[in-house]
Amino acid sequence: MNTVIDPAVRHADFRAQPDPSRLAAVVERLRKILPAHSVLFRDEDKRPYECDALSAFRQMPMAVVLPDTEAQVVEVLKACRELDVPVVARGAGTSLSGGSMPHASGVVLSLARFNRILELDPYARSARVQPGVRNLAISEAAAPHALYYAPDPSSQIACSIGGNIAENSGGVHCLKYGLTVHNVLRLRVVTIDGEVLEIGNAALDSPGFDLLALLIGSEGMLAVVTEITVKLLPRPQLARAVLASFDDIVKAGDAVAAIIAEGIIPAGMEMMDRKTTAAVEPFVRAGYDLEAEAILIVESDGTPEEVEEEIARIDAVLQRCGCTAQRVSQNEAERLAFWSGRKNAFPAAGRISPDYYCMDGTIPRKMLGRMLQAIGEMERKYQLGCMNVFHAGDGNLHPLILFDANDPDSWHRAELFGADILELCVEYGGTVTGEHGIGVEKLSSMCVQFSPEELKAFFAVKTAFDSQGLLNPGKGVPTLARCAEYGKMHVHRGQLPFSNLPRF
Amino acid sequence: MNIQTPAHTAAVASSTQAASALAADVLQSLRSTILRAAADRAPLRIRGGGSKDFLGQSFEGALLDTRPLAGILSYEPTELFITVLAGTPLAHVEAVLAERGQMLAFEPPSFHGAATIGGVVAAGLSGPRRASVGAVRDFVLGVGCMDAQGRELQFGGEVMKNVAGYDVSRLMCGAMGILGLITQVSLKVLPRPAAEASIMFDCDAAEALQLLNTWGGQPLPISASVHGSGSLVVRFSGARAAVEAALSRMMRDHAAQHIPDSAAAQLWADLREHRAAFFSEAGPALWRLSVPSPAPLGSLPGEQCMEWGGALRWLRSDADPAAIRRAAAAAGGSAMLFRGGDREAGVFHPLPAPLLALHRRLKQQFDAPGIFNPGRMYRDL
Repeated sequence: MNTVIDPAVRHADFRAQPDPSRLAAVVERLRKILPAHSVLFRDEDKRPYECDALSAFRQMPMAVVLPDTEAQVVEVLKACRELDVPVVARGAGTSLSGGSMPHASGVVLSLARFNRILELDPYARSARVQPGVRNLAISEAAAPHALYYAPDPSSQIACSIGGNIAENSGGVHCLKYGLTVHNVLRLRVVTIDGEVLEIGNAALDSPGFDLLALLIGSEGMLAVVTEITVKLLPRPQLARAVLASFDDIVKAGDAVAAIIAEGIIPAGMEMMDRKTTAAVEPFVRAGYDLEAEAILIVESDGTPEEVEEEIARIDAVLQRCGCTAQRVSQNEAERLAFWSGRKNAFPAAGRISPDYYCMDGTIPRKMLGRMLQAIGEMERKYQLGCMNVFHAGDGNLHPLILFDANDPDSWHRAELFGADILELCVEYGGTVTGEHGIGVEKLSSMCVQFSPEELKAFFAVKTAFDSQGLLNPGKGVPTLARCAEYGKMHVHRGQLPFSNLPRF
Repeated sequence: MNIQTPAHTAAVASSTQAASALAADVLQSLRSTILRAAADRAPLRIRGGGSKDFLGQSFEGALLDTRPLAGILSYEPTELFITVLAGTPLAHVEAVLAERGQMLAFEPPSFHGAATIGGVVAAGLSGPRRASVGAVRDFVLGVGCMDAQGRELQFGGEVMKNVAGYDVSRLMCGAMGILGLITQVSLKVLPRPAAEASIMFDCDAAEALQLLNTWGGQPLPISASVHGSGSLVVRFSGARAAVEAALSRMMRDHAAQHIPDSAAAQLWADLREHRAAFFSEAGPALWRLSVPSPAPLGSLPGEQCMEWGGALRWLRSDADPAAIRRAAAAAGGSAMLFRGGDREAGVFHPLPAPLLALHRRLKQQFDAPGIFNPGRMYRDL
C-alpha cells in the first residue's frame, strides 16, 4: 500500500449543499438518460429517501434516480463520474447503520425497479435475481421445489438481496448455514467508470482474486450490483426447537458453550434476557417463562432421525447446565411460537419505549456473562434501559438501548452507551459489527478496532475500484483525521494497554 | 487421524506463549528481508513446506521461508476457532484439532504431508467435503499479513460474524501470495461428524451426474462424492440415525456396497492428497475444471474424475488447452492447468481484460514494488 490517497475525504461532508446551478446541470444530465418520472428532485418526492431504518441520521439528497435497466445504471454512473457527483445505491432502505444515508450534493441510485427473479434452476439449485428482489421472495419462489435461500435477516420480508450483498447480512440460522458471503455464487456489477464486471460464476469457485468476498459487505462503496446468483439449499424435512429457562444469565451463556463443546452445531441458538421476554410476551403470547433471567431457543433441523437424535443431546446438555425448565416444540405452530418473540423483539422494544437504538457487536461466546454485567453498569451510568437479544450461537449481540428521540440528551446518552458497548466488544476480542455494517453509525468505533495502517489498506482497496471516491463516500471506513479527532486508542486484538486495570 | 496423547496437549498449550514470543523475532527478520527486497525491487518467492511448488504460473525470486513462523497462537474449541502462525504444518493443526474431536471441515490437501497453514490459505485449495460445507475461504475468519513496507496488518478476527471493513482476509485466500505475506490465520473449526459411512456402486458418468444433482436438492447428509472408472462413491456424515437412513436407502435403491470404514478413510484421503492412481505424475496433463454441477462435459477427450457433486472435474488430457478452456467457459465455469502440460499456454483460466485491470490495480495498491510472488498467478501480476 504505497501512495495513500484518502478518497473519502473529498466527499466526507454529507451536508454540503450544491449550488442551484449545479443541481440544474446534474438533473438535466440525468434526464437525458432516464425518463422524467425516474428522476426525482423536488423535496416532496425525495422525502422517502432521506434516511434508512437508522432514522436518527437524515439528509435530503440532491436527486434520486430510479433506473429500470443496467444500461441506464451504466449511464448514470458515467454521468456522475464526469460531473464528480457522489452516488449512494439504495435497496429497500432497511439498513440499521445508515448505509444508504444520502449526500446533500449527491444522487441516490434506487434499485427498487430491479425486482425480478430472472431464473430459478431447481436442478442446479441456484437462482439468478435482480438486486431489488426481497430476501424472502427468493425462498418463496424456491419453496415449490423444496429449496430455500438460507440467510434470513429478521427484516427478510422487506430487505432486498442487493442490500444483503452490501451488508453481508446474516440472520438467526447463520451458525449452521453461513452468511450472505457463503451463499452467493456470482455478482454482476457496474463500476463507477461504467464498466460491467462479472464476479464469480455459477461454479463453486472462479479464477483470480476472491472479489466476490471483497464486494460482499462492501456497503456499496466499490461497485453497484445489478444481478446476483444465489445458492439454494434443500429445505430441511423437519425443524424442532427447545425453549429453555435459566435463573442466571451466565449459566445460560455457559450452556451455549457446552452445546458447542458437545460437538453440536444447532440450526439456531438465540438468547433473550428477562427484560426482553417481559416486553415481548404480552405482544406475542409465546408462553415464555417470565420468571427466568434468560431463555435460550435452540433449534435442530434435518431428517426426522437426525432431529430426534440431536434434540436428545441438546436436552441432556441443557439439563446438565442447570436449566430450570424446558420445552421441546411438538409441532410447527409451537416452534414458530417459540420464535415469534425473538423475531418481534425489535417491534416490542418500540412498544415499551418511544425509540430504541439497536447495536450489533460480536464477542467470543465465553465473554457473554461479563458483557451483560457491563451493560447493566452502563444502564445505570447512562440512565437508560437496555433489552438484550443475542444470536448466542455466534456471539452476535443486539442490545436494544431504549431512549426518547424527542429528548436530545437522551439520544446523546444512547449514542455514548452504544459506543461503549462496541468498544468493549473490541476489547473482548470481537468486532463492532456482526451483520449490520458500519454505515455512518459506527465510523468512530472503527478507529478502535483498526490501526491507521489497516484503515489505509481499506482506502487502498477503495482506490483500486473508485479512485475519485464517489461511491457511497463517507461510509464504512473512517478517515484518519476523524480517528485522530475521536481520540480513542486502537485496541490491538483485544489487548488493551494496561489490561490489568479494571474497566467497568 | 491419530488421536494424540494428553502429553501432546500440554506441549501445545505451553507453546502458545512461546509461539507468540518467537513470532516477534521471526517477523522482525522477515520484515528486514521484505524491506531489502522492496528497496531493490527484487522478487521474493514465499514458500512454506513446498508441497505446492508445482502449482501456479511461475515461481521465481529469492526464497522467503515461512516455516520458522510456526505455532498455535490460540485455540478455543468451544469458540470454534484456531489462530495459527502461517508456517505451522497443516498436519500439526489437524492433530491438535483431532484431540478435541474437531477438524478443518474443508479438508485441504497436504500433498505429501509438507503443507503449511499459510500455504493452505494462499492456495485456497479445498478437499472432498467442499461441496457440502464450503471452501477454505468460507472458514477464514481473519488473516494477519505483512505488506511490502514491512507493516503488520490484521483483518477479520476470531469471531464468526464480522462485517467491519472490507473482507481483506478472504481476498488473501487463493491469491497465491501475490498481495503480501500471510503471517497468521484464524480459521473456523467444526466438530467431527458423529457418524460417517461410504457407499459405492457402478454407474456411468452421465447417470452419476444425474443422481448427484437430484440428491443435491434433497435433505441427504452427503459430505463427499467421487465418480471415476465407472463407479460412484458417496460419503454420508452427520447424526448416526441420518447416516444409517441414507445408507439403507442407497443399499435398497442402488444395490450399493457399504465400504468398510478403514478402506473408506483411505479412499477419501487418497483422493484428497492426489495419491489415487488417476492423479499419478506420469501421463497427460492434469486439468482442474470448476463448473456448475449439472454441466455435461463428457465429450472432452481424456479421462475424467468427478468430485463435489459434479462441480469439480479432474481431466487427464493432452487436448488443446484452448479447447478445454472453451468447454469449461461454455459450461459456465473455468479450467486450470493443475499439473504438467504446457505451462507456457497459461495455468490459471485467463481473466477478461477489465477484471485483469482491476487485479493489477489491487496488486499495485498492496504491493507497489511488485516483490511478492510476481507471476505466480498470472504473468505480469
